[in-house]
Amino acid sequence: MTTLLLLAPIAAPLLGALLYLGARWRPATRWASATGAALMLGAASTLAVDVATAGPRTALGGLLRADALTAFMLVVIGAVGLLATAATPAYLRAEIDAGRANPRTATRHSVLVQLFLAAMALAVLAANLGVLWVAVEATTIVTAFLVGQRRTRHAVEAAWKYVVICSTGIALALLGTFLLNYAAQHAPGTPGLDLAALTQHAAGLDPGVTRIAIALLIIGFGTKAGLAPLHAWLPDAHSQAPAPVSALMSGVLLAVAFYAVLRVKVIADVVLGTGFARALLLVMALVSVLLAASLLLAQRDYKRMLAYSSIEHLALVAFGAAVGGPLAYAAILLHILGHGLVKGVLFLAAGRILQTEATSRIDAVRGLAARQPLIAGCLGLGVLALIGLPPFSAFASELGIARTGFAGGLGWATAAVLAVVVVIAAALLGHTSRMLLGTAREGPGAAPAPRPIPATLGLTLVTGLIASAALGLTAGPLATLLHLAADTLTGMS
Amino acid sequence: MSDTVFVQLLDLACGALLLTAVLILWRRELTVIIRVFAIQGLALAVLVAVLAAHERSAELGAVAAGIAVLRAGALPYLLRRALAGHGEVRRETRPLVNVASSLLAAAILTMLAYAVSQPLIALAPSPATQAIPVGLTVALIGFFVLVTRRRALSQLVGFLLMDNGITTVGFLTTAGTGLAVELGVSLDVLLVVLVLQILTTRMRETFGDADLDELRELRDS
Repeated sequence: MTTLLLLAPIAAPLLGALLYLGARWRPATRWASATGAALMLGAASTLAVDVATAGPRTALGGLLRADALTAFMLVVIGAVGLLATAATPAYLRAEIDAGRANPRTATRHSVLVQLFLAAMALAVLAANLGVLWVAVEATTIVTAFLVGQRRTRHAVEAAWKYVVICSTGIALALLGTFLLNYAAQHAPGTPGLDLAALTQHAAGLDPGVTRIAIALLIIGFGTKAGLAPLHAWLPDAHSQAPAPVSALMSGVLLAVAFYAVLRVKVIADVVLGTGFARALLLVMALVSVLLAASLLLAQRDYKRMLAYSSIEHLALVAFGAAVGGPLAYAAILLHILGHGLVKGVLFLAAGRILQTEATSRIDAVRGLAARQPLIAGCLGLGVLALIGLPPFSAFASELGIARTGFAGGLGWATAAVLAVVVVIAAALLGHTSRMLLGTAREGPGAAPAPRPIPATLGLTLVTGLIASAALGLTAGPLATLLHLAADTLTGMS
Repeated sequence: MSDTVFVQLLDLACGALLLTAVLILWRRELTVIIRVFAIQGLALAVLVAVLAAHERSAELGAVAAGIAVLRAGALPYLLRRALAGHGEVRRETRPLVNVASSLLAAAILTMLAYAVSQPLIALAPSPATQAIPVGLTVALIGFFVLVTRRRALSQLVGFLLMDNGITTVGFLTTAGTGLAVELGVSLDVLLVVLVLQILTTRMRETFGDADLDELRELRDS
């Protein structure tokens, strides 16, 4: 039973991929990917209840392991995955109608997205750092073709940068993995690369070797999480990928990569004390958030705007991780889920705007509120949620991160981050209000006539926003899971 | 195998790794670079074979054979096939750093690698771990090639050089990374190269050339 429960989140999307390979993309199979994601979310919820009552579970001879943190990440992947896949049929339909896609590319899109979900589920379920590494790198390979799907000059360029930079970053993480393994071989108990055993025997690891290994691992996985200094792939890949894929990349892929950083940090904190990983993450977070702010101020492309906002939010998560402690960890995990939902909604809305307005320039989209009120409303509310206004969950999580930051002796850094976050909020509001308000351009070259929004897309967007608001009011049954996961990260369980 | 022969063979293989890395940094003709890269793959396979003979491990021996096939055969073949479509332009014409400075950088990177690896050697001194700086140097030179070259194919070679260096460190630090992870890593390199090869082809279809100078449209200014 446990084996089945741990395998289900990986197996459901894999079966979906097989189905699309066999039966292709057609009206009858349109909803298979959303069904797969729903199954994943169901399995994740069951697993969450299970590990919350009975503790960590292992399967397949110790290859897969699920604790509260794993279950929480699976909930995030399932929820954002469901959001993105539920909006996919409407997106693909519009692409095919516009002649930018055909049933063949739609099939390939569906197969790759399913493999993408399976790889992310494997990454969080892996008990072994080596397998975790392989799964994170596998996400790069399956998404490369999704980023370059439109085959335009820009899309191919973005895909090239994405593969080269992410593979390079992840190669650094591989070197770190080898070195950590080397340290583990010469430690009492020879824990190998098993994450639970490594945490248990961490006190015996050689500090000199572990320090190099941890630095490489944090920078390497940090690359994939969109943190400076190797963040350059992110705005290109996020802006060129099809909308549902951008939603998944921004909402969950960054979080899954950061999950690897969190797992490594637990080991680092035991071997090297909390100072080392904290300093590294603090520098990466501050540089990333400053970079995001400076590039957001004069941003002219709304998809890139959302991409830079993702860098900002991951930087906030990294900052929370640098602060450390159970409350900060609970806050960043809540932030990851809230950001995933809202960014998913925003990228899906942006994808629809790109389809109807045929431009991704902010100044070319005017008076959206008058022409497409539902999409404009979702975009506006989404941006409000993104900058952390109540009742949305980013308010609660950012407040939590700030409070623990001031309490944890990082007052100056917290104040600096908060100041930059305010600047970013102003920039986002300014850009969005220019898109939503005003009157549409007249005359030749004016935006094409508005089309009604597909019902499924509208439903998905509204559901995502409601979920985010509900999460901000009460974490509900997730609260227990959040605190258990935070305890895992502090090494308390 | 006696210990002296083991150490000599080990040093020989490591010397070949380092020399080929510097040669790749030095030469501009892409055909030559690919040939040197194949030789380096062979040197890596020999290194693993020597370690296998020393530890009398059949599993490691099989891994050595696999490395020879992948890194001295399949990857150079894929690179050559990507080059075949290039037409006239077969030289790295405009690297960001000239040859003399590149070689100087290689010397500095070597010293850096030796300095960084001190704790690694100190943990378990042995002939194998003494060679770790060589692996690190190859990885650093690969990273340098990656960031200073502009041709898609040269960048690809830089990435693969880095990967060779990292694999070398992996085998020198410990032979027991686990066959599953090793298999995953090899498969991954192969897949990355295939993906990038498909992208170079697409790039050529859309741009008419695989020059990364053309890849300057996506940016914020």
